[in-house]
Order: sequence, then structure tokens, then C-alpha cells
Amino acid sequence: MLRFLALIGFALLYVPLLVLVIYSFNASQLVSVWGGWSFRWYVELWQNDAVLEAAWVSLQVAVLSATLGTAFGTVIGYILSRFGKFRLRMLFTVMATAPIVMPEVVTGLSLLLLFITMEQMFGWPEGRSILTIVIAHATFGMAFVAVVIQARLAGFDKSIEEAARDLGARPLRIFMGITLPVIAPAVISGWLLAFTLSLDDLVIASFVSGQGSSTLPMVIYSKVRLGVSPDVNALGTIVILIVALGLIVGTQIMNRAEARRKRGVE
Amino acid sequence: MNGWGKRLVIGIPLFWLFLFFLVPFGIVFLVSLGSPQFSVPPYSPAFEWDGWWPHFVGSFENYIFLTEDDLYWRAYLGSVKIAGGSTLLCLLVAWPMAWIIARAEPYRRNVLLMLVILPFWTSSLLRIYALMGMLRQGGIVNSVLLWSGIIDQPIQMMQTDFAVYLTVVFTYLPLMVLPLYSTLEKLDGALLEASADLGASRFATFWTVTLPLSLSGIIAGCLLVFIPAVGEFVIPDLMGAQDSPMIGNVLWGEFTRNRDWPVAGAVAIAMLALLVIPFMILRSSPALREDG
Repeated sequence: MLRFLALIGFALLYVPLLVLVIYSFNASQLVSVWGGWSFRWYVELWQNDAVLEAAWVSLQVAVLSATLGTAFGTVIGYILSRFGKFRLRMLFTVMATAPIVMPEVVTGLSLLLLFITMEQMFGWPEGRSILTIVIAHATFGMAFVAVVIQARLAGFDKSIEEAARDLGARPLRIFMGITLPVIAPAVISGWLLAFTLSLDDLVIASFVSGQGSSTLPMVIYSKVRLGVSPDVNALGTIVILIVALGLIVGTQIMNRAEARRKRGVE
Repeated sequence: MNGWGKRLVIGIPLFWLFLFFLVPFGIVFLVSLGSPQFSVPPYSPAFEWDGWWPHFVGSFENYIFLTEDDLYWRAYLGSVKIAGGSTLLCLLVAWPMAWIIARAEPYRRNVLLMLVILPFWTSSLLRIYALMGMLRQGGIVNSVLLWSGIIDQPIQMMQTDFAVYLTVVFTYLPLMVLPLYSTLEKLDGALLEASADLGASRFATFWTVTLPLSLSGIIAGCLLVFIPAVGEFVIPDLMGAQDSPMIGNVLWGEFTRNRDWPVAGAVAIAMLALLVIPFMILRSSPALREDG
């Protein structure tokens, strides 16, 4: 019984994706008609400059914001789990975690109003561009990274860091030599999380992007709103393929690292 | 660490969060106290400068307006209903999945977990598009139902509440399965056996042992689904009926179509009130605190 119910859940997750993949090879323009197998939509996608340009914008934004967000998020996670009490800690904790629960429309609206106000008062940032999207994505990305880092540090024995301090190592050296290597897997998964969230975001980017900085989700969204566009099926299939490959390769690497570590311990 | 180094390490991220998180909300609040006018930007400021002294000229009119107009109430309550309902549906669908994954042997477990994570890493917009392709008039669901003779006319599924519920469940399912799985995985099987040995029916065991012990996962999963669902914009926009928007769509419409920034600001502040309750549950739940 439970097995059957679980199967329904998995079917719900995968049937739509399967249909999308199959229809991406449909030669017919109509969704309901099967016109035989073809790569037509992949060719069309490859020739669509708007999509390619937006994909390039999205990729730049995702890499930059994930890197910035991970740098800040790692420091924030470290502060929250290692610095104990300090003035403004309460405010710091709330500001560091609140972006996670904020509705996207609220975040988008508030940042757009900020950018407009700043431009009026200081003349910076000039208009909306890739830069403003990167700032917006980095801000919510760092909140997620901070949570990941904090969770990792909570499970890591403090005494090694304390021993290094007792032996006279300076804080920066302790962080670089001990803490960072230990939390490295969390830093990598935090970066990947921030990267994916950035690539996935439509709402915030719609608020804070400007002319010529449309991201891929924005272009897909306007295509989808206009009606059926089979080349989106092709794009979806490519994304699913990339993610599946990434996941398989990633787990293989992690399993191997795990096995090596176990051997090292023995 | 010496005082200055520590202050610098705290200070830089603190400054970033202050500038790009706290200040924007201050601005939204100030804008919500103004009124729309034809200018750039299109609202009157809440403060005027009297020499060096700020002088309050705004009003809470926009907030009063929100309570008076039926549209906002319907969108507000409708969002809570849709988010709450689909969170429960999500829990019902996710529980058996999490249970089966937690009880599977290690290799199968990893494969099943990967199957749950994979859709989560692909674009949610593309997944919604995939579902749209199935639900539309000429889509595969209607084709199958017509072909099998269950219906003789295509059913209208797009632009209905049904489509919104289904899409929210489909989109956020992994966020429910993963926390449920992590509590169920820790559940000691001996407790279930003890319960059965003492004569409890399977249902009694579930109700008195399994469910209470997985409560922290249930709460975490429900919050992870409810919080983004209540502020959802894309799903109701693409799948929902035009006449029953969610609160996120109302905000977007006020800002872009009506160009009424002050009302959009007031809606944004009102939306935050929706999240106070889930946030308090999150902070006060003993089940969650145990987990750290």
C-alpha cells in the first residue's frame, strides 16, 4: 500500500518531465499531434539568439553571485557559530537568515526601490544591469550558504581550533589551515546551491534587471506566456540532462572521497 | 582574535546585509506611506525637509485602503488557503515516499534520494512548463481521458485552482520529502517492533509512535513548502484563474500595471505579516530545537 502511494509521488515528479523530453523530439508544431522523431527544436533553439544571449547573462550572473554569496556566506556562517556573543548579534542573526523566508516579490520590489533611491542620491548604480542582479542574488545566496556552513561547523569539534590557538597560531592561520579545509565540502555545496538558486530565479531578476540584461528564466517566461513553444521542451531536456550528469558525477566523486577517507582512518 | 580584526570581520557582512536587506525594507515602508503622483519616481515622499528637520507628511491611507477593498482580502485569504491546502497535500504525497526511502537498503536508498533531488536542481520554471504541457486543452491528460472514453469533451484544467494546487505540490514536493526522510531515517526500528509486540495495531503504532517522532521533520517540511508557496507569483500567474490572483500577483500588478508604488509597498509589508506566524512556529517549536 505504502509502496503504491510512494510510486504515485515519484510518478508525479517524473511523468511531466518524461513527457517534456519525449515531446522535445516531436517534429510537429502541435502539442497534441505526434509528427515523428526530429531534432528540429534543438536546431531552432541553437539558432535563437535571444535564448543564447540570455543563457550567457544567466551564467555570468550565477557564477558571480554564487562566488560573492559563498565568500560572504562562509564568513557569516563562521561568525554565527564561532564568535559567541557580540553587540548587534541579534540583528546580525535575523538579517542573515531572513532573506530565506522572504517572498520573492517582496525582495525584488524592495531591492528595486533601493537601487532607484541610491541612483537618485549617489548616481550609483547607473540603471539596472547584470550588476544589480548579481547584488540581489548574492544577498539571498549568502543566507543559504551561511545555513549550510553553520550546520557543518556545528558538527565539527572545536577543540582542534582551540589547540591550534593554544599553540600560538593566529586566527587567520587557524581559519585557513584548519577550519576552511574541514568545511570545504560545505563551501562547495553552498556554492552549488547559490548557483542553482540564481539560475532558477525569475521574480527577483524581473524586478532588478534592466535593458539588455534579461536572464534565461525571463526569456523562457515570456515565451511560455505567449503560448506553446516546442523549443522550450528542447531546452528543458538539455537542462535535465546536464543536472542528471552533474548529480551522477558528483555523487561518484563524493563516494570515492568518502571511501578514501575511510581507508585513511583505518 | 583582537578587537579590531573581529570588528572588521563582522562589520563587512553586517554592512552588506544592512545596505541590501534592511535599508530596502525601510524604503518600502516609507514609500507605502506616500501617495501615487505623476513624477519620477511616481510617489510623494512621506517626509519633507524643513531645513534640517524631517517633517512627516505621509499617511497610513494605503493600509486602510487595503482593508476596505475586497480584492486584497480575497487575494490575502486565498493565498493562505492555497498555500495551506497544498502544503497538506504535499505532506500526504511526500510521507509514503520518505518512508519508503528511509526503509530501503543503502544502494536503493541513494538512487531514490537522487530521484527526489534531481527535479529540485532543474529549473522550476521548466518543470512548470512541463506540467502546463500536460494539463492544457490539447494536452496529454485530456488526450488520454478522451481516448479511453472516460470523458467525451476535454476538461478545462488550466486557469483553475486545481491546476495551482497540483503545480505547487509538484514544484515543492522535494522540499517536503527531504526533511521527512532525514527524521524517518533516524527513527529507531526497535520502537516500532516493541509497539507491535505489545499488541498495537499498525495504525496505532503509526499514530502514537511514528508520527510524534517524525514531528520535527513534518514541521520543517511544512514550513519549507508553505513559506515560498504563500508568496508564489509564477504558478498562479501561469496556471491560476485571472479572477482569483494570489497576493504576490496583486503586488506585481499594482507595481507594474497600475504603477501605484505606495499600494504595492503596503501589500509587501502586509505580506510579511503572513510570515510572522510560520516564523514564530519555527522559533518556538521544541521538536525543532532538539535537533538544533
